[in-house]
This record gives sequence, C-alpha cells and structure tokens, in this order.
Amino acid sequence: MVRDARLLTDALRDPSSTAALDANGWTALLAMARAEQLIGTLAHRLDGLPMPEAARRILADARASAGQGRVAALWEAEMARRALAPLDMPVVLLKGTAFVAAGLSAGAGRQIGDLDILVPRERIGEAEAALLAAGWEWVKPDPYDDAYYRRSMHELPPLIHRERDRMIDVHHTILPLTARVTPDAAGLIADACPLAKGLAIPSPEGLVIHAAAHLIADGDLAGGLRNLWDIDCLVREYSEQDSDFCLSVYEEAHRHGLLPAVERAFRLTKKLYGTPVKSYENPVRVILQPRASDALYLRRLLARDGWGRQTRRITRFAFYLRGHWLRMPPLMLARHLWIKWRKGDRPVS
Amino acid sequence: MRHVTRLRIGPIGFRIGSDWRGPIAALDDLYRDYPKPDVPDFNVHLFAARPWRRVFRPSVHIGGDFVIPDAAPLPLSMGLLAAEMGMNLQMALGQRRYLLLHASAVERDGKALLMTGVSGAGKSTLAALLMARGWRLMGDEFALVDPASGLIHGFPRLISLKNEALPVVEAALPDARFGEIMEGTPKGTLRHLVPNARAIAAMAEPAVPALILFPSFGFAAEEREVMPSEAFIRLTQASTNYVTLAERGFDALTRLVQGVPARAIDYPNTDTAIAQVERLWRELA
Repeated sequence: MVRDARLLTDALRDPSSTAALDANGWTALLAMARAEQLIGTLAHRLDGLPMPEAARRILADARASAGQGRVAALWEAEMARRALAPLDMPVVLLKGTAFVAAGLSAGAGRQIGDLDILVPRERIGEAEAALLAAGWEWVKPDPYDDAYYRRSMHELPPLIHRERDRMIDVHHTILPLTARVTPDAAGLIADACPLAKGLAIPSPEGLVIHAAAHLIADGDLAGGLRNLWDIDCLVREYSEQDSDFCLSVYEEAHRHGLLPAVERAFRLTKKLYGTPVKSYENPVRVILQPRASDALYLRRLLARDGWGRQTRRITRFAFYLRGHWLRMPPLMLARHLWIKWRKGDRPVS
Repeated sequence: MRHVTRLRIGPIGFRIGSDWRGPIAALDDLYRDYPKPDVPDFNVHLFAARPWRRVFRPSVHIGGDFVIPDAAPLPLSMGLLAAEMGMNLQMALGQRRYLLLHASAVERDGKALLMTGVSGAGKSTLAALLMARGWRLMGDEFALVDPASGLIHGFPRLISLKNEALPVVEAALPDARFGEIMEGTPKGTLRHLVPNARAIAAMAEPAVPALILFPSFGFAAEEREVMPSEAFIRLTQASTNYVTLAERGFDALTRLVQGVPARAIDYPNTDTAIAQVERLWRELA
C-alpha cells in the first residue's frame, strides 16, 4: 500500500530501489511523478535500468517530451532576448530555463513551463513595453489581480505570447515586495554569470538561494519535491568544483536575509534526497540538525497517494495560510483572502 | 480509489478508479474481452467533489493524470460516459508517442482507411457500418500515427453512437452488444457499441495508411480530391498533439499526406456513403 510520495523521492535518490517494485508500485510511481512534474527527471534517472516494458515506454516518451520541452524553452528565451536586446539591459534567466541554458544536471529531463526572467527594477517598465510590442499580451484581465501584481508582487502580471501561447514572468526581485524579507535583487543581477548573446543566469549561489526562497519563503510548497530536486542537483554539481560551495551559499544567503530559508531547504533535501550539504562552525555557524518542524514540511511535501492525487487537506491548507502569512502583513492578508474568496477562489480542494 | 478497473485499448493501457461501483461495473461488462495492462499508460479518476456528493445528488467529476480545469461533472447515470471522456482526455492531453488524429479508422488487407471530420460528419457511424460489412474496426475516435514507422495504430474503444445514427447501426448490427441508452447527454442521446471480436483480437496490429476521407453528412452525393496541402492543414486541426510533438509531428503528418490519397465526400444517407467509400477504396487504395 502506497502511503505517500516517499516512493517517488526514493526512486530519484536511489534508482536501484525500483528493482523491488511490482506492477502496482510502478503504476503509483509513474502517477506521482506525473503529478509532481518530475516524470522527465525520473526518466533520466532510471535510464538503462531493468523495468517492466510498459514503464520503459512511458519513460521513453517522457524523456522525448522533456527533450522537446528543452528546445521550446530555449527558443522562448531567445525570443525574449531578441525583444529586449535593443534596451541593452541585463536579462537573467531563472529556474528551469536557466538550468537547461547552462547545461546543468538540474535541467536533465526537467519540465519547464513558463519563461522566468529577472531584470533591474528601475527598468521593468521598459521591458514590459518592449515585450508588449513584440507580441506578448496580458493574461489576467481582472483589475484587482493586475493591481495586486503591480503593487505587491516581485514580478509583472504574467504575459502570454499571442502566437506561441507561452507565458513569461518578468521578475524584478525574487520575493514579493510585501514579504518581510527583502533580498538584494541588484546584487543577484550584478553577480550573474553571462551566457552567450547578452543573456545570463544567476551565480551558482544565486541559483540555490532563489530555489530555496521560492520554496520556503513564498507560496504553499506545491511542487516542492521538484524544487528540492533542483537544489539537490545544484549542490552536488557545484560542490564537485568547490568543496566549500555550501559555505558560499550560506554567506550569500545571509546577505539576502534568506539563510533560514536555505537552512530549511537543505535539511529537507538532505532528508529526502541525501544531498551532501555541510554544516559549519566558522566563519558562519550553520548546523544542519533536523528540527521537529521539518516533519510537518515533509508531511506537506509528500502529500500524494498512489493515484497521484493530493492528500492531507488540512496540512495543505495550513501551508497555504503560512505562504500568505509570509507574503503580506495581517490586515492586507485578510483583505486579500476575502476578495479572492468572493471571486470564487477555493485554496485547497 | 474505492472501485478500480484496468483495460487496454490498442497499444494504450488505462487504470480507471471511481468513487462509485456503477461506472466500473459498466466498464467491466462492456470491455470484458479486452486485455488488462500491468502498468497502465494513463490513470482516470471519477470522483465526488465533496464526500457527501457520493450519495446525495451524486455527480461525477472527471480527473486523471491530465485534466482540464472547470470540466463540468456528469450525473451518475452517465458514469460510463464520464469514464470514456476521461480516457479520451488523457489521450488528447497526454499522448506523446503517437500523433493523435481525431479520426475513425477501419482496415482491410493490412491497409487502413482514415475518416475525419467535424462532430456529426459521420465518423463513428460509417466506421460501425463498415465493421458490419467485414472491415476490421480500428477505432471510431482516434487514429494513432507512429512517427517512427508511419503506420496507423488502432484505438478501438467502445463506439459512441449518437442520435439518428442509433437506429441505423442497431439495424445493421442486430446481434452486437450495446450499452445502456443515455438520454440528455451533452451530445444528445448516446449509446455505446462494443466492437466485434475481430476488432478486439487484432487491436494491437497496425496497418499501412491507404486512403484518407473527409466525409460530410447531409448533402447531395459529391466527391472532391483533397490536395496534400489542404489535407495537411485539416489534419493539423484534427490533431490534439500536433503542436506538442513539434518536429516529430510535422514529419509524421507530412509523410502521411504525401503518401496517401485524400478525398472529401458529401453524402445524403449512409447507403450512399458506403457505396462511395467502397468504390474509392477499389480505385485508390
């Protein structure tokens, strides 16, 4: 009997563990991997291992699909680059597109939805105008949503390209403006690593910190297994080049006010994926001892059944509230949730 | 989920779970001669939005590996239809191995005839009538083009017959197995027809595409050659995953329209249509 998504995290952490699965186990594993948008990643991890023929075909399809997704994501980045090139402003790719553009292991098989980019806050109006002129259009027709994004969020309201039907999220920082933590967005841009033709990706530390901020300091942990997998891959890959990579991450995270988020993310990814994260006494003191509250996070992250359906409604609702609590001050939160409720939003189903 | 069944249609395996016994019992009955996959390609969930809606005014929500937001639920009396829609939805949104054409397909001598058109053009009806005349039914809803080989794989799910097609097909296939008659569905009166034993036994065998027809019901008998360029455009519109498959989809479709003759046929009644199809098949396939 499958209790939660531990089946999936175990398969990613130790692909040979799938040797023990029967047909029902494979069925559950594939359903969960699809639901967590990790099936392409799983396909890469399990490539070449023995498995039922049906599972092999499903994973081969997932691998081909991720390969096509990679091409489409890079093309979308190129389209944005062309639209923004005349402005001569720094354009930093974020998340999945950054991983595949830089050929990082976190990009192998990764599902990539929207294009996420970071531009300087003082120039975001220019970026918006250039994208609108190049064929992107508003997605959110609702004036409240639009005003909410512009006043409170770390990105423009999402834009969609009218011909290619692909979304772009234009960020000017990595956490909502109303959050209690204010990362140094200008620093992230200044430290970015240039790629060819005017695009860039965040520094190695910046990639990890953004992933941790996105997961822990913002939102309700939905899709968190994929986020933690990104962090696992980044830490492993960069630690091979620099054995004190974790220390650099802690120092940089401290500067952004995101050290607690990084510590939490590291404890969780170590627990789920066995990530080789390190503790330090000097020059910063970061001791990655498990905390009691981590169990709650794990309970939320692993809330899937063998059909890929979400479970544990109450836990999920608690994290939904927590996500909003971090995002905005109490009065604003009350007003926001009231307006969303009246518009028919129901957070947890 | 409380009630579960598995079934394979052509090369595609499904696992269907339901909060109610009814839809699963209907599937187990009508699909009783179909093989059961060990690891299915897709999962379908038929569920109640709230626990009490299992019993009180039960309404069936359709979920699965792939979902569309805000899909309208169906009453429990249409549970079988919900299951069929759930399976179609997984194919339409999630199929990545084959280029999916919204078309019916029948086979003779290892060669496939594809028929595609808007809803009401007669795809399902003509496929069922051709099955009654000895053709092997490959499917009434989707034809699967293998980009690697160019071959057509069948998807012979239950044939979905609607409205005025029902008496016509019931008369042509008096001994066939039918599902319950469902009145007042989103597509009117609907009844499922079980494909014959031959269609089920041979469902894993692909066929070489030999003729593409674009039938239109309700007009005087007429035929027109469809050039590869027009066939290409019409088939991109008839495919749910052409864009997703990208280059593989383009190559598969180009190969299909360049190698296979295509005709548009108008027909006033099914007897005329069957005669047109048989004649075009003799001339072109």
